[in-house]
Amino acid sequence: MTELAPEHRPTFSRASLADRLSPHAPVLLLLALAALGWLAIDQQSSWLTLTVSGLAMGMMIFTMAAGMTLVFGLMDVINFGHGAFVSVGAFVGVTALMLMPGMTAEASIWLNGFAVLLAVACAMLATGVMGYAFERVIVRPVYGAHLKQILVTMGGLIVVEQLIYVLWGPVEIFIERPAAFQGAITFAGAALEKYRLVAVALGLVVFLALRLTLKRTRIGLIVRAGVENGEMVQALGYRIERVFIGVFVAGSALAGLGGVMWGLYEQVITAHMGQETMILVFIVIIIGGLGSVEGCFIAALMVGLLQNYVAFLAPKAALISNIGLMAAILMWRPQGMTPVVKAK
Amino acid sequence: MSEPLLRLEGVFTDIEQYHILQGVDVAVPAGEVTMLLGRNGAGKTTTLRTIMGLWRARQGRILLDGRDIAALPTPVIARAGVALVPENMGVFSDLSVEENMVLAAVSGPLDRARLDWIFSVFPPLKTFWKLPAGNLSGGQKQMLSVARAVCEERKLYLIDEPSKGLAPAIVGTLVKALKDLKAAGATILLVEQNFSMARALGDHVAVMDDGRIVWTGAMATLAADPALQEKLMGLSMEGGHG
Repeated sequence: MTELAPEHRPTFSRASLADRLSPHAPVLLLLALAALGWLAIDQQSSWLTLTVSGLAMGMMIFTMAAGMTLVFGLMDVINFGHGAFVSVGAFVGVTALMLMPGMTAEASIWLNGFAVLLAVACAMLATGVMGYAFERVIVRPVYGAHLKQILVTMGGLIVVEQLIYVLWGPVEIFIERPAAFQGAITFAGAALEKYRLVAVALGLVVFLALRLTLKRTRIGLIVRAGVENGEMVQALGYRIERVFIGVFVAGSALAGLGGVMWGLYEQVITAHMGQETMILVFIVIIIGGLGSVEGCFIAALMVGLLQNYVAFLAPKAALISNIGLMAAILMWRPQGMTPVVKAK
Repeated sequence: MSEPLLRLEGVFTDIEQYHILQGVDVAVPAGEVTMLLGRNGAGKTTTLRTIMGLWRARQGRILLDGRDIAALPTPVIARAGVALVPENMGVFSDLSVEENMVLAAVSGPLDRARLDWIFSVFPPLKTFWKLPAGNLSGGQKQMLSVARAVCEERKLYLIDEPSKGLAPAIVGTLVKALKDLKAAGATILLVEQNFSMARALGDHVAVMDDGRIVWTGAMATLAADPALQEKLMGLSMEGGHG
């Protein structure tokens, strides 16, 4: 009993190339997809346009999906009502923009940018508050019951859509982007829409902010640990349900931001736009690995790029391209690209 | 025997339709090590989880320093000074060893002196400080689990089968660490199947069977009486089964 473990002097052998590349496989796959697109598309300018478009689309899907994947990972809640936040965010944001015609009509990057930021703030505030109410009233009573979660959150989505009809009317609303974000710039012979570049930048900011929060702050540490083993986080002294409410509210606000971005991208908003984007959101969080923000980010970019490349090369195949991607990834990694270990 | 820091009075715990604890009465004296022994399925882990609030007592009182904690949420119990080393270790595999430790230090930054002591008893934790905890071996994960519990001073340590599945040399390291902790005046309630480890650490013993405490006494008494061991647990530590 007195014998102790021998002094530990591990030697680290050089890992094989495959082992070293394995953790980076999702990023390499994304780069390979872009390279394949470059080889398949004759004109480099077309490839550049499609790539920027795909990245913009991916960033917006990521913004909508990030909260949902964390909510699933942290509390095992499948929220089919997440699309409601996308729709409400779009309607609130667009309404706010419409109330500021003086700031959006003139092509001033500062005025237009400020107006969009105000609209985004309104949308995120509204969807954040709505997320809090949604969690308290709809999600809280059905923790641990997946079937009930699907049913009640779907119900919540329908109720919210109907409320949008009541408040904004049943007709779709067409939007004109702020003047500074209209049109395109030419780069290397390619026409790059200004708004798509803004969407890429905004998506990148959201990803970096999320990553920084998750990796560098105590609250991020609690969230990451909670995704893996919520019970142990509680046993260490943290109230996981409060963290969950915070994540739910933040995720709802991000969906609202995604809604504004998506609305300005499509230049039309409808009550069921959130529901429609949910198909892509689900594909992204499944491919990425449930609960993984990094996986979600890479998956969203892959989905955006693939959809744009395939729509250009073989338009009829565009509809099934993302389902095909999901099937292929799940055959390779059944838990998604960067699965989060769960101890629950 | 000093005043009990923790006292369970008539604790009943159900898990779904199963009545697991059926009136547990046990006292854990302050500054000493109390061993909770018994065969598999006797209710030892359920007792620890009930104290921690991870499972709710249907009936009875759990007094920590005279305050009934039976109905308190787990995080409140943890912040009242109760640390748990669970049977499955509860290590966060995706987090680094450092992040696991930082998370466990709920009241502020890690205490340097305490960390140095942890590194001296568990050197692999220093070696692998920046690596994901999922890369550690079973023994190293157990070291991390114990280190997490002791990284701050707590009133009570609940430790569930720390030797389970570990090599004897690793068990020896754990015993040394727990002896150091005991020497520092810690109060420990330790569930253990390894009788050699129990004998090396325990001051008092509570033996469970069928969800009840069937015997309590000094470890010295149980250790000196093979017939009693055979009667209570169906084993004799002298016979080499422990």
